[in-house]
Amino acid sequence: MTAFVRNQWYVAAYTEEVGEDLLARTILGEPIVFYRTQDGTAVGLADRCVHRRFPLSLSRRDGDRIVCGYHGFTYEPSGACVYVPAQTRIPRTARVPSYRVVEQDSLVWVWIGEPELADASAIPRAPWLDQPGWTTVRGMEPLAARYGLLVDNLLDLSHETYLHGGYIGTPEVAETPITTEVDEDARIVYVRRRMKDVECPPFYASSTGIDGRIDRWQDIEYRPPCLYLLHSRIAPTGVEPGPDGDDRGACHAEIVYAITPETETTTLDFWMVARDFAVDDEAVSEFLAKSNRTVVMQDVVALNALERVIATEPEGYQELSINIDTGGLAARRLLRKLAG
Amino acid sequence: MSAAVYRIVWAPGSDRLHGTCHCGAEHDADDPVELWQWLLAHPDHAGAETNGAAG
Repeated sequence: MTAFVRNQWYVAAYTEEVGEDLLARTILGEPIVFYRTQDGTAVGLADRCVHRRFPLSLSRRDGDRIVCGYHGFTYEPSGACVYVPAQTRIPRTARVPSYRVVEQDSLVWVWIGEPELADASAIPRAPWLDQPGWTTVRGMEPLAARYGLLVDNLLDLSHETYLHGGYIGTPEVAETPITTEVDEDARIVYVRRRMKDVECPPFYASSTGIDGRIDRWQDIEYRPPCLYLLHSRIAPTGVEPGPDGDDRGACHAEIVYAITPETETTTLDFWMVARDFAVDDEAVSEFLAKSNRTVVMQDVVALNALERVIATEPEGYQELSINIDTGGLAARRLLRKLAG
Repeated sequence: MSAAVYRIVWAPGSDRLHGTCHCGAEHDADDPVELWQWLLAHPDHAGAETNGAAG
């Protein structure tokens, strides 16, 4: 099993999910309650009253404070307890841990690890999610599978041909060789698959309006442990970027995943599709949201099945890896290295 | 991009993988596990063909 990687930033939620209501999320086995204070600041506190462990997410707010729904212990956004029932002395240890929370690119990131090591400048970027000229559809599916299975899945897109035929998969995806690079210092895995003069899958034919054969680029950029970017370029075959980088003849989709381990065998699968074409077309948004959720659910069903297989297999089972796994193997190694 | 980049190219029309270490050493294999092991052994690349770059 790939170990948890602590001392890292993880996506806990989309910005719009954190508001007045108390939102419960478990991240790397740590239950956290998220909410937004009246001045708009997103807060994350350990979701367990210090008294008798009652989940604060099942409690209520009193202004910016949370009042435990069991006995009324009352907590500030800092985690400090300011009220306990029926006595004036507040025990010195009456405090719940608070988490460092940063909002960036419409994502709510939380630091899991030693608080003094948190550096917000290390949070990887996905600017298209919150940028003029782009439109994003997105969702989150809980996965009953360990996060490493989702990393494997996303680093080897040849599975699109078999698992996602009729949506994003075409025969050429599995047939086209890949180039894999690992930037050891920046800890990034790149996997590039450039397809020329190939069939346009329904996912892009219907949304881009491109008729006929296409050139299709799938450039993966995985920033372990949490952020996965698929820079997808779709253009009528033969249309290349200009020498100055001008690529207005092509359509671009930035497929973003945040892979957030929930427990050792469950994962929060945040998926996003940002596009620079048909940005104001609601029908295209609806189509892409529905199609991509279908694709994600195909993965969810497959990965949940894999988790059940792994749970019952004897120890020491040996997998077989072939050329398509070159990027996935690189990602696994970086995750092991980060986990220390 | 920083300098410490390992690269594996899967040549179109072939099953062979071509690996290049950040030191310039190159190696071919038909198994990604073997090729990653070879690359990550840097600077101890057994039987490396090098392009002359310094390790």
